[in-house]
Amino acid sequence: MNDPNLSPTSLTRSETVPALRHEPEAPENAPTNPRGTWGRFALICLPYFWLSVFFLIPFVIVARISLSEAAVAIPPYLPVIEWEQGLIGLWEAAQRWSFENYIWLIEDDLYWKAYISSLQIAFISTFLTLLIGFPIAYGMARAPRVWQPTLIMMVILPFWTSFLIRVYAWIGILKIDGLLNQALAFIGMIDEPLVILNTSIAVYIGIIYSYLPFMILPLYSSLEKLDTTLIEAAQDLGCPPLRTFWRVTIPLALPGMVAGCFLVFIPAVGEFIIPDLLGGSSTLMIGKTLWVEFFSNRDWPVSSAVATVLLVLLIVPILMFQRHETRRNEGDT
Amino acid sequence: MKRPLCPVRRAFSPWDDPGEQPLIEFRNISKRFGSFIAVDNLSLKIFKREFHALLGASGCGKTTLMRMLAGFEEPSEGRIFLEGQDLTGTPAHKRPFNMMFQSYALFPHMSAARNIAFGLEMERLPALEIKKRVWEMLSLVRLEGFAKRKPHQLSGGQRQRVALARSLVKRPKVLLLDEPLAALDKKLRENTQLELMNLQEQMRMTFLIVTHDQEEAMTVADRISVMDKGKILQNATPGEIYEQPASRFVAEFIGDINVLDGQITTKQQRNVRIFSSVLGAHLDVRYSTPAKVGDSAALAVRPEKMRLSLEKPEEPETNAIPGEVWDIAYMGDVSIYHIKVAETQTLRAIVANTSRLVERPITWDDQVWLSWDSDAGVILTR
Repeated sequence: MNDPNLSPTSLTRSETVPALRHEPEAPENAPTNPRGTWGRFALICLPYFWLSVFFLIPFVIVARISLSEAAVAIPPYLPVIEWEQGLIGLWEAAQRWSFENYIWLIEDDLYWKAYISSLQIAFISTFLTLLIGFPIAYGMARAPRVWQPTLIMMVILPFWTSFLIRVYAWIGILKIDGLLNQALAFIGMIDEPLVILNTSIAVYIGIIYSYLPFMILPLYSSLEKLDTTLIEAAQDLGCPPLRTFWRVTIPLALPGMVAGCFLVFIPAVGEFIIPDLLGGSSTLMIGKTLWVEFFSNRDWPVSSAVATVLLVLLIVPILMFQRHETRRNEGDT
Repeated sequence: MKRPLCPVRRAFSPWDDPGEQPLIEFRNISKRFGSFIAVDNLSLKIFKREFHALLGASGCGKTTLMRMLAGFEEPSEGRIFLEGQDLTGTPAHKRPFNMMFQSYALFPHMSAARNIAFGLEMERLPALEIKKRVWEMLSLVRLEGFAKRKPHQLSGGQRQRVALARSLVKRPKVLLLDEPLAALDKKLRENTQLELMNLQEQMRMTFLIVTHDQEEAMTVADRISVMDKGKILQNATPGEIYEQPASRFVAEFIGDINVLDGQITTKQQRNVRIFSSVLGAHLDVRYSTPAKVGDSAALAVRPEKMRLSLEKPEEPETNAIPGEVWDIAYMGDVSIYHIKVAETQTLRAIVANTSRLVERPITWDDQVWLSWDSDAGVILTR
């Protein structure tokens, strides 16, 4: 043991020898190689493992809590399943499951009003984001090639700062003596300061601002692929520019438009920070209601029921989005 | 399409008639992109029912010229006239031309039939009329069974035919073809060239084709404009371009040619004698040229007009020079013989392989005589 490097080297060598012996030399035997099959299996398992640990199990926990009742305890709800009693315990527990929390959601109009208001706000802001995002994406796609990476960079740039801080910054802009009112007063457009903060307008501004990149990027990728000779072909066949836009540009940008709308709509429905910071008490959104239920009322079962219903509501657009993406990928090939 | 391979054409040469009004006239057209001059003070007349080809290497300005006619680019200088009317400022969608794009530019979200109907819908024709004319076109290009297919469900040749139908359906004053056959394989391309010619005859339309393929231009066109660096070097019929090229560039661009530099020693009307210092020989040629005695000029002869023999040919008015067979390129139908006639000069002769090749009468390293008639040569001064 004079040379410290010697022993590890010899160790690895001796380790690899038995492994080598198992490996067939002929390459055509490779697919039957058990290690290859296991490797593939492990590879396929990995995303499923990821999804179950970070999505399915948390959801099951939330769904389980939603079937319980609130209690002064830690955690603040009655246990739903007593694992110690095995299958019999599970059966007994299932008999005690209560859907009262879900009935409560229907009975108290606060919840469904919040759901509807969330869907409405998400819908309108998605539409406005599309209206604002389209010209931006179009301009980016038509910009000189050398400029395009810079422009994409500028769209992504806000992500470098915390989302929370960026929403906070809007308070400074929108408040009564904020930047916007000062600027408008300075150029003489207004005499009285505009009340924007703590209204639904501020929520719209916040959502549009925050989710605009999610609209621009898929739109850009659609528009950038659009062959300009198609526009020329349409004009050559007697189509005026505006009609060309409707008949050629819009249909071909549709995949990007749909993708962008889903990417904005889905997270906007459950948005919590923006209505909380910018909307004040006047805007009702389900994300905020959920927060209040959870942290102020400490009613975990009801808030879990709120979350479960929200997820079920969003599953429809999420599935639509996934079908759309699959079809788009098929169309490409 | 069962039609004769070469449709019989009656003598058609409106360009020789000074009273004939051109359909399209480019008058002193220039187009600059920054400091790059794409088209340089060019004038060209295209006549009704003519099949005109703009031929040149990429970057010669041929596509830019066509795009200016279509209205996609505005000329920097000069004007374009359609039947004597200035087209300047008319937007592309109001010009009575249709283009078949090199990429075909079919709308990917529309079926073949909808693609063809697009131009007619723009004219706001009644739906029945549109339907009728789309079907006419589909049957013309033999795609009746593919009306509902989207472009990505069609083969390259089928897409090309949809593109052709789409550009023909509006019966444009001029059909513009931008490298229309570049994406097709050789066999399909040759068939389509003949179909294009037949179509043009049948529909009595004016076609303008842009191509870099000289064979294609020779096959389809009534007249060819050979272009280089934004200028037209020669505008003539395929026969004239091939047999009487105006310059060395045109001669070498179209087909293969042997060029011998020399000096004119005697000249009696069309009978010219040129001295080639490389060969150390006087060569006779019968050709009209403005060049005078003492001018340097080049004698150019196409390889298929060269003859090879082991004995010196004794006919009069024939140029014969000795040489050695340097290389033979066997092409199947013909063989190209490279004959070394001087230390720095090889000439090419094409010999048709009229019998099956078992033993060549003339083979490598043979001492041979290369001969050609004085009518076969051309004098190039530029």
